[in-house]
This record gives sequence, structure tokens and C-alpha cells, in this order.
Amino acid sequence: MDYSFDFSFLWDYWPMLADGLWLTIQLSLMATVAGFLLGIACAVASTSRSRILRGLVGLYVELIRNTPLLVQLFVVYFGLASLGLKFSATTSAVIGLTINIGAYSSEIIRAGIESIHKGQIEAGDCLALSRWQVVAAIVLPTAIEKVYPALASQYVLLMLGTSIASQISAEEMTAAASRIQSDTFRPFEVFLVIAALYLLLSFGMRGLFWAVGQFAFVRRRKLGTTL
Amino acid sequence: MIPSLLGISPAHWAALLAGLKWTVFLSAVGFLAGGLVGFAVALSRISDSLIIRGLAAVYVNLIQGTPLLVLMFVLYFGLPVFGFDMPPLAAACIAMTLFSAAYLGEIWRGCLQSVPRTQWEAADCLALARWERMLLVILPQALRIAVPPTVGFMVQIVKNTSVASVIGMAEMTYIGKLINNATFQPFRIYLIIAGLYFLLCYPLSWLSRRLERKLNVAHR
Amino acid sequence: MSPIVSFRDVHKSFGAVPVLKGLSFEVQKGEVVALIGRSGSGKSTALRCVDRLETVDKGEIIVCGHRVSDPKIELRKLRQDVGIVFQSYNLFPHLTVEQNITLAPRWVKKADKASARALAQEVLAQVGLSEKIDAYPEQLSGGQQQRVAIARSLAMRPQVMLFDEVTSALDPQLTEEVLKVIEELARQGMTMLLVTHEMAFAARIADRVIFMHEGLIHETGSRDILRNPNTPELKSFVGVGL
Repeated sequence: MDYSFDFSFLWDYWPMLADGLWLTIQLSLMATVAGFLLGIACAVASTSRSRILRGLVGLYVELIRNTPLLVQLFVVYFGLASLGLKFSATTSAVIGLTINIGAYSSEIIRAGIESIHKGQIEAGDCLALSRWQVVAAIVLPTAIEKVYPALASQYVLLMLGTSIASQISAEEMTAAASRIQSDTFRPFEVFLVIAALYLLLSFGMRGLFWAVGQFAFVRRRKLGTTL
Repeated sequence: MIPSLLGISPAHWAALLAGLKWTVFLSAVGFLAGGLVGFAVALSRISDSLIIRGLAAVYVNLIQGTPLLVLMFVLYFGLPVFGFDMPPLAAACIAMTLFSAAYLGEIWRGCLQSVPRTQWEAADCLALARWERMLLVILPQALRIAVPPTVGFMVQIVKNTSVASVIGMAEMTYIGKLINNATFQPFRIYLIIAGLYFLLCYPLSWLSRRLERKLNVAHR
Repeated sequence: MSPIVSFRDVHKSFGAVPVLKGLSFEVQKGEVVALIGRSGSGKSTALRCVDRLETVDKGEIIVCGHRVSDPKIELRKLRQDVGIVFQSYNLFPHLTVEQNITLAPRWVKKADKASARALAQEVLAQVGLSEKIDAYPEQLSGGQQQRVAIARSLAMRPQVMLFDEVTSALDPQLTEEVLKVIEELARQGMTMLLVTHEMAFAARIADRVIFMHEGLIHETGSRDILRNPNTPELKSFVGVGL
């Protein structure tokens, strides 16, 4: 093979790449935080006594988990705009990614809630805690601690999924790379570089989740139990 | 004249269904070829050889640490610079295979390792050869555990074939974009596409959950 | 003075199976009452009805002035007056001993952090576990966990304590340390209703024993009935139990 690699485009294009990287990080963080909160709300709702509420959450979770993120983003960005609900590409990406990851979070957290022993909740009730206090002080902390590794993996997948936002012209890293490669005709090098950056991001995210876990789950840290 | 259904003309429906066929085809390739490679990955991940284990781990981490979209770009735009002829279909098939293999390999490795240590030792005590131990003792047990998550991952495969639309592979999402360009009814067309994906995926999700429940009951 | 706990003609079924068939009894302030009987006799259900973990079909239950059988009862007020300890401890695994104990005082009674900690120290001293204040439940033995569960209930300053077979999950050595704590509470005058399999223990601390059989009180009296039972059923039960 007589192909000679040329990474010199990095000199001229690194600001564009850096902007893309920054937006990728922002999209990931915003969707993770918002999706986590949405997931908690939906998971709690799915254990509610109201059948309507449970049904609505079930419908949302199944609809999202059984359709592609790409199509979901198209519906939010192109679809809603055609109905007069116009959002910028970035806003649409945040909305779409949040709705997407919220469904996955909900399902994971619900599984955590269901694994909690009934006696735990009974004990909380018997200490005169209100229903919400039991949820906030006992149910959610133990459920989330239990499913934290699954949540963390899902959020890393979400970060990788932000690349799909390039298809609705959000200027994140993959979109930046596409533009650079069409300018430079160095597709292999450009995509190799962002692949490496995504790899670093996913390692970084795993590290971040580990650190957050150490901070959030004091017991695990003190007793040395692995998460 | 055949009336239009859900505001989509018969010709567009025909195109959509052709796209759906390619979605199914790509999913099947992803599952079958990915399964084959993935099985090798799973075995490599528990190999006695440090080098084979290491290589498999690097492969899995590479695929699971980068977006499928970027993998498709590398294959479709990147490889031709070396002189490979890379039509969208070929790039999409290779990408789906590499992608599925990494995830299925990890799922199956977990299943193999969840077969109790004592079973491996018992097989050793019977003086079974390594391949006999795997084929006769471990695989049958791992298979039972592996079915529900494998069916569950098929949903991910189907959904992720939509990414192939970005390199011009004429599967369902790509056809949807074309129809939208012609009719400019994005809300309608993308909801219909989502509905079609749902029809493909939901039965698999349902089946996976059912199988898992059955397995859990059997385990108790 | 009105009794702390009063049951009048209480009926309760699980589906088609009647568990309580018109149960009536009272527990006076400062009294220690042991509920004994075979499994399925309804004793645990009766205890759980006191704290309204089960609702009754018919009859009246009044606990510390709260009409427990009333569907509109303010549950949280009732439960501030009633402490309950379960067979399975039910400590919160993600919280330290101190946090387990102070959770309800801080959230329900809005105690500040310093006074809550002082309270935790006080009730832990009562169960002899002062040095474990910063431990997590999984670092404690079963007996220690159960003593923390008792301390957690005491921290709400209940007027009556319920014990639901609290030593059934413990081996004999650990059982003894838990029973000692309960005995000490009895000596301090705590009103207690306990479901127990430990006949020797009931014979040691109970002011009154209620022997339940098929959803009703079959025999009741002072602790002496355990040594000199009148009915053949209690006779055979005690013969097995002691």
C-alpha cells in the first residue's frame, strides 16, 4: 500500500474540531442529567397506583425503546418544525436525546426499584415517613445504587449516540469531521482522529462515573465494595 | 386508482416496503455474521492465551467506545482512499457485523462465565477435551441464559441499521428521507417510519422479556 | 385510664381464609404482653393490625387514642406513637447506624442535626451499641442489626413498642443479646406487645400472656399459665415450645 497518511489538516481545522468536541460533551452532559431526572420521574410513576399513569409511562418507554434514535431526532427536528414548533438543531438534539435516554433510564431505575425488599418500604412507613419521604430517602437511593453500573453504561452509549445529532445538522464532533473531510479529502485520517476522541471520551466518561459513584455512594467507598 | 394510505401514495408505500426489506436484510446480516464473529470474540475473551484475550478486549473496547456512525464513515469514506471499492451496502454490512460482534461477544462472554466454575471443573475431571467440554457441558447451559439478552440485542441491531442511511444505503430510513424530500411531510413520514420500526422491534422486545421471565422462573 | 391498645371484635380474612375471628384484648400502659401461638394462629396479623400494616374487615382497634380501624386515620400520627421491630431487621443498607436512627426524627419531627445525633447516641446507649454509631448495617452481626432496629424505633419516642418475632432469624447466642435489650426496656416501663416463639423469655418478662388459636384468644392470663396451662391446646403448645 502506497498511501501516505497526512494529519496536517489538524493545524488548520483543530478549532472546528474542538468546537464539535465541546458540543458533543455539552449534548452528552445535558441529555444525561435531564434524562436521568426524567427517568427517575417515570420510574416512580411506573410504580404508582394509577393505572393511567403506569400505562402512559409504559407506552412512552416502549415507543422510544423500539424505534431508532435517528428517526426520533427527525421527528423532533423536521417533524415538529413542519407543525410550526421550530427549535434549533442543537435544542432539538437535546430534546430528542433526553426523551430517548429518559426512557432507557426509566426502565433501568424501575428494575432497581422492583428489586427492593418490601420490608424496606414497610420499615419507612412505620417510622411515620410520608410516601414521598420513603421514595426520596429509601427507595431511590438504594435503587439507583443498585443499577448505577447499568445506568453508567447506558449514558456512555448515549454519548456515542450524540454523533447521530449530526444528521439534523447539530454541529457536534461528527458533523465537524464530515465538514473537514469534505474540505480536505482526508476522510480516513479525519474519522480516525474523531474515533480516537470518542474513545477517549468514553474512557473519560467511565472514569467520571466511577468518581461520581465514589462520591455518591459513601458506603461503597468506605467498605471497598466494588460498584 | 389505489387510494393512498395514511396520506402516503401507493408508489411511496412500495418504496418504503422495499426499504423495509433492506432493513431486515441488513439486520439479518448484522445478526448472523455478527453472531459468528461475536462467538469467536466471546471464546477469545475467555481464552487461556493472554494475547488472544488482550486482542479481543481491544477490539470490544474499540467498537464499544466509538459511534457506529463513525465506523460507517471510516469504512465508506475512509477505506476507498486505499483503493478498496466500497459500495454503501458493503460498508453497511461490514459495519453492522463489526458492531454486533463486539456487543454479542460481550453478552455471550457473560453467559459463558455465568456457568458455575464447578461445571468446568467437573468436565475436566471427566477427562473431556477442551472442545468437548465447551460443546457438551458449557454451551448447552450458557445457551439457555443467552437467549433472552440475545433476542433483546436484536432490537438494537434493527434500530441501528437506520444509521446506514447516512452513507446512502437504501434502507427504510433513507427511503423515508427521499419521500420526505419529495412530499415535504416530515412529521407524517417519520412517524410512519417509526411505526414500521416499532412493528419490527416490539415483537422482539416482547419475546425477550417473556423468555427472560420464563428463565427466571425456571431458575427459582 | 384508657388502654394503650384495644381490640374489640376484630375480624380479618386473607381472601377466603379467616385469620382473626373476633379478637378482643387490651394492653394497658406499662404492660408487657406476649402473643403466642402456632404459626397461622393469627398472632402476627394481630400485631401488624396495631400499626395498620394490615386493615381489618370488621371490629374496632384503638391505639394511643387513634382509631386504627377508621379508614380515614392519619397514619403518620399513629406511627409516631407506635414503634415496630421486624423479624428481618429492615435497616436501610445505604445509611449508617446514625443515619438509620435519625432519618425519621429529622424528616418527620424536623429535629436539627446536633440534637438528632445526641438522640442517636442516647438510644444506642440503651441498646448497648454506642461504639457502632458510624458503622453500616452490613458491618454488624444480625443481633447488632436488630438492636439498631430497636434503637431506631425508640428514637421516635413511641408510647408502645411492637416486636414481631424479632429473634427468629438469629442463632441462640445473638438471640440472647437482643432479648436482654427488650428485657431492659420492660424494666424501664415501656409498654410492649410482642409476638414470640421464645417461651422461656415470655415466661421471664411478660406481665400477661395471650395464647391465640385459630384466630381467637384461646387462653390468657399471667405468665404462670405457661407453666400451668389450663387448656389442652396450650398444654401441647407449651410442651413443644419449652
